Amino acid sequence: MSKEWPLWEIFIRGQHGLSHRHVGSLHAPDAEMAIKNARDVYTRRNEGVSIWVVEANNISASSPSEKGPLYEPSESKIYRHPTFFDIPDEVGHM
Amino acid sequence: MYAQMIKSEATTDDPEKLKEFQARIDDDIKVEPRDWMPEGYRKTLIRQIGQHAHSEIVGQLPEGNWITRAPTLERKMILLAKVQDEAGHGLYLYAAAETLGVSRDDLTEQLLSGKMKYSSIFNYATLNWADIGAVGWLVDGAAIMNQVPLQRTSYGPYSRAMIRICKEESFHQRQGYDIMMKMAQGTEAQKKMAQDALNRLWYPSLMMFGPSDADSVHSTQNMAWKIKMNTNDELRQKFVDQTVPQAEYLGLTIPDENLTWNEKKGGYDYSDPDWSEFFDVLKGNGPCNVDRLEARNKAWDDGAWVRDGLMAHAEKKRAAKTAAE
Ligand SMILES: [Fe+2]
Ligand SMILES: [Fe+2]
Repeated sequence: MSKEWPLWEIFIRGQHGLSHRHVGSLHAPDAEMAIKNARDVYTRRNEGVSIWVVEANNISASSPSEKGPLYEPSESKIYRHPTFFDIPDEVGHM
Repeated sequence: MYAQMIKSEATTDDPEKLKEFQARIDDDIKVEPRDWMPEGYRKTLIRQIGQHAHSEIVGQLPEGNWITRAPTLERKMILLAKVQDEAGHGLYLYAAAETLGVSRDDLTEQLLSGKMKYSSIFNYATLNWADIGAVGWLVDGAAIMNQVPLQRTSYGPYSRAMIRICKEESFHQRQGYDIMMKMAQGTEAQKKMAQDALNRLWYPSLMMFGPSDADSVHSTQNMAWKIKMNTNDELRQKFVDQTVPQAEYLGLTIPDENLTWNEKKGGYDYSDPDWSEFFDVLKGNGPCNVDRLEARNKAWDDGAWVRDGLMAHAEKKRAAKTAAE
């Protein structure tokens, strides 16, 4: 029985000046082939100008059960948003 | 549809957790791979997405059959691009299924052994070039009916795969209709071929939606989980209503004597396909079931040395790199 090719996560920069964005995954024996396959599947209609591939088992992710402790602390810190401050109209755009 | 008659799996999870889960789905919050989900939801989705993926892959066979025989170089390039897209669709869907904890090779082997199904439609033959037009127009058209609402399905990776797929599908249907227009406006013989293709593929296309499931418990559960968005009859009705005027434009006749506009329901009344034929095809007795599985098995077996060779090469390179470090 053959060994399954590893899974890669594919990130593509859609246009110059934009960040790479996760677009999907694929199996490939190594990084070089992963890039070639990503080019064949994910950039068939001018979707990209640059490709990153990352082997899926090299990605560490936050756990869904930690949602509370991770993100709740920032919910109460409304002063981090510019809309918290009332600036008089006379001051002009700020 | 591409995934037909998906039974929902029973779930024996904590009722409290189930209630919370259902509430999130009702609120249209997407379920992501590492979130808690009922075992039944996971298993049903693996079956549904897997069957959908298999359909994309097996669906390449009836059309791939005509790539070398397309009438012009342009038609050949278009059909090649369409069939390549379908390979991509299979990939997106397999990847979505894998996030649920099943391996790609495992899914492949279940297809090859006949344990998992693919859509009944791909067990019909494409006898001539008009069939390629009819497949794009009707089969991709029917697939779109099902896939557009599935973009809103509750499972995040499945929904994202559907969004990518839908972007490509309208090219598929248009290229099919374009072939039909050429044939329908062509010589008497070409027009006859177009009509003949419609005659043969009409009822198998209606079967794609599966038998009526208005009273099915599986369907009710799957709709509550938002992994099924419409009943089979709803989608079939929409498909008929959309397709009839398209056939009229072509000057072709839908092969159904009972087809009449029903003012009251605002849709067409139409004849059901022969459901005994449908069940027979699912059982493996369609015109091409044996061929399709043989072709997939052959491709998998013949490709084994390539997969193994590339893997061995990658491992050798990795070892050399580690040794040099
Ligand atoms: Fe497709
Ligand atoms: Fe398609």
